[in-house]
Amino acid sequence: MASPFDLPQQITTQAGTAADTFPQLLCRHAQERAERPAMREKDLGIWQTWNWRQVADEVRAMACGLNVRGVSRGDRVAIIGDNRPRLYWAMLAAQSIGALPVPLYQDAVADEMVFSLRDAGISVAVVEDQEQVDKLLEIREQLPALHTIVYDDTRGLRHYDATGLLSMDALLGEGRVFHEQHPAFFQLSVEAGQGHDLAIMLYTSGTTGQPKGVVHTFDSMIHTARAAAAMEGLTDREEVLAYLPMAWVGDNLFSFSQSMVCGFCVSCPESSTTVMTDMREIGPTYYFAPPRVFENLLTQVTIRMEDAGRIKRALFRYFMAHARKVGVRIVDKEPVGFWDRLGYRLGDWLVYGPVKNVLGFSRIRLAYTAGEAIGPELFAFYRALNINIKQLYGSTEAYVMVCVQPNGEVRADTVGKPAPGVEVRIDDKGEVLFRGPGVFHSYWQRADATAETRNAEGWVHTGDAGFIDDAGHLRIIDRAKDVGRLTDGTLFAPKYPENKLKFFPFIKEVVAFGDGREHAAAFINIDIEAVGNWAERRGLAYSGYTDLAAQDAVYELVRDCVEQVNESLSADSRLSGSQISRFLVLHKELDADDGELTRTRKVRRRFIAERYAPLVDALYSDASRGVIETEVRFEDGRSGRLSADLKIETARTYPRAA
Amino acid sequence: MNPNRRIGDVVLEASHISLRFGGVKALTDISLDVREHEVLAIIGPNGAGKSSMLNVINGVYHPQEGEVRYRGQVRQRMSAHLAARQGIARTFQNIALFKGMSVLDNIMTGRQHKLHASLLERALWWGRAEREELRERCRVEEIIDFLEIQHIRKTPVGRLPYGLQKRVELGRALAMEPTLLLLDEPMAGMNVEEKQDMCRFILDVNDEFGTTIVLIEHDMGVVMDISDRVVVLDYGKKIGDGAPDEVKHNPDVIAAYLGTAH
Repeated sequence: MASPFDLPQQITTQAGTAADTFPQLLCRHAQERAERPAMREKDLGIWQTWNWRQVADEVRAMACGLNVRGVSRGDRVAIIGDNRPRLYWAMLAAQSIGALPVPLYQDAVADEMVFSLRDAGISVAVVEDQEQVDKLLEIREQLPALHTIVYDDTRGLRHYDATGLLSMDALLGEGRVFHEQHPAFFQLSVEAGQGHDLAIMLYTSGTTGQPKGVVHTFDSMIHTARAAAAMEGLTDREEVLAYLPMAWVGDNLFSFSQSMVCGFCVSCPESSTTVMTDMREIGPTYYFAPPRVFENLLTQVTIRMEDAGRIKRALFRYFMAHARKVGVRIVDKEPVGFWDRLGYRLGDWLVYGPVKNVLGFSRIRLAYTAGEAIGPELFAFYRALNINIKQLYGSTEAYVMVCVQPNGEVRADTVGKPAPGVEVRIDDKGEVLFRGPGVFHSYWQRADATAETRNAEGWVHTGDAGFIDDAGHLRIIDRAKDVGRLTDGTLFAPKYPENKLKFFPFIKEVVAFGDGREHAAAFINIDIEAVGNWAERRGLAYSGYTDLAAQDAVYELVRDCVEQVNESLSADSRLSGSQISRFLVLHKELDADDGELTRTRKVRRRFIAERYAPLVDALYSDASRGVIETEVRFEDGRSGRLSADLKIETARTYPRAA
Repeated sequence: MNPNRRIGDVVLEASHISLRFGGVKALTDISLDVREHEVLAIIGPNGAGKSSMLNVINGVYHPQEGEVRYRGQVRQRMSAHLAARQGIARTFQNIALFKGMSVLDNIMTGRQHKLHASLLERALWWGRAEREELRERCRVEEIIDFLEIQHIRKTPVGRLPYGLQKRVELGRALAMEPTLLLLDEPMAGMNVEEKQDMCRFILDVNDEFGTTIVLIEHDMGVVMDISDRVVVLDYGKKIGDGAPDEVKHNPDVIAAYLGTAH
């Protein structure tokens, strides 16, 4: 065991470390911090730990086993499953013998997997369990290259006799035998690895067209991971919980590359449903979550506080209000009065500390959020609790890091300054471009797409529209293709007012229109839970969603939200034109089953504009009502027609601030 | 279904069972056998005598006529307690768990027969009590893992939704390491997804531990999917017995279910 007096080791970016690939880094950790924990997994209710030496042993056996099974340099190995230690090691094992690991989304159905598996020409798949094996066997006929499937969890697979199917234990056994016979093989093959070798392929989600395999080299990954670690001062004592999909670039950076670069321990949750409990037990110091997760956590705290006793509730309210007032300023080390400071101390002892403990945030030093806009209220809540939550902006093509907020410059409405070594610029159409050391190598077998996305000077198109504000921070306003102009030529970015509106708890979804029109207008979906609750408290009777959505009081509520948003938009010279002047509240919830949302709950703008064309026309006429008939699909698969006569209201807009 | 599963010899044989409650004839001259490692479903309309049959197998009811032979031995005065010792476990139509206790503790009660420590040792959690509890906890954790209920390990059962309570009840029955598992309507009141999960668990239990399973179920789709054999009861009489496909086309069964004139 390492002595508790050991100082954490700061990782520097300087050269001379002589480790250009992850397997080489692994070998170094196995010598330098052999007994330090490298990976944990909760199994049968108990946290199991592997130190770096043990991990290196397992990876060696796995690499030798893959070699026995015919994997050679340049082959592609698919990795499919939840976050499991052996799947992370399989990435290292594949890299050790020069193969390219390709993690895929574990919740994709078999048919969705076919494309990626064929495109990558996968020959060996390392999967978690029976579920994944069944999927692969189902589509095996379409995958001529796939000759071996290795599974980790043996449950339910005992009687399977498909050719080329074997358990991880069997593979490790074969590998160990091979290593005894060829003791130099592993070492030589790790040493043969070079920084410019291909290291990983990550498929983009494919919201537009077929998914593309983004290939990164060791150089781009290690450089990015090191630079980010140096900027944030990460050490080998960090604790990280790996709970986001392995196929996602974020997990790859935070739970794999940075752990390999810094030598910190990564913990795998017991199951996807126990993440909350596991968080509390592990107490991560470094954490990443999309805004949705932070929002769910806050909701849970709020609900539990509603059920608490009166004294606790009063304490919670009082001190949370105090934290909102001074917390952020204290965290940012701004001058704050003595009594306020004392109050914050007391609150920390009575409320903030216990709340953070319940959330598993007691030891958190750094939390990132990205992916979508985060509500300013939500952001302020965590900041006020002295949790250093920061936004970043990234893409698979950049190996995550494009922009990140520096300490002390954290704001809810920006995504920060360019990450170390990254250059960002805005082209004349308003699209964000970046270049830097983390830029991807290529799209797998898609030279055309690579050239389209990355120009000759190395600038990568993000497809996002944004601008750099006066403080030098990047602000993302929308997808570039969705940004339009009003008839008078002002910029219109639908996502901007939409997001601002969605931060109100009463509003679930918004679709804003305005491109090629005189002014902006919007469809609004109320949140049935929040508005229903609000109606109940005011004694407002309603029979269901449609009835509630059409009530005058609800319209009033929504109009108030819209006008607040308009007022805040007016303060922004560039986006003042996006103020919503007319709106209506839709009679039904936008639904993925009706094709109105994508499966990841993103609004399908064009489809909605077509489907609800009569309502859009009504918004842009003088009419005070609009009639619509649509087809809806019920949950049992039947479909029916739904017609509605909706009120259209006007909201106050504000003149542009000087 | 897995074709490699070996169905063995008859383990339990009930012959000419008749059961009366006062003047009510619950079961009339029913004979059926249960083979090792099979999944046997007992189906029938309401009041057909399905639960009664299960209770006879389990030793809760004592039939007036006929005999039950379990592993070659004729049963004399049978009790539920003895049945448990012989490796027969069951779940109930109405959930019978300890609502205020956690999932873990509920399943632990299924291991009660493995604990031998004295009251004093248990009170002090000392010596044998400690060793036994650690050992049994391991076993219980395996069941929790098997049924994928790690996230509710410490939740009081009363706070769980119905589908999960059913799963916990299955867990407690499994904790007894039964060779014969009796399930009384394991899927009653569940939605489609919960049913699918439960089917998978039942098949996994059968496959992984080789447990013989007798279940009562109303959902015909489920029965036809997971059973090796189906016995049909109607008004306390057996009107069908065979593979799912045979039973499906049996005219008496169709009549009983669709209510054709008798």
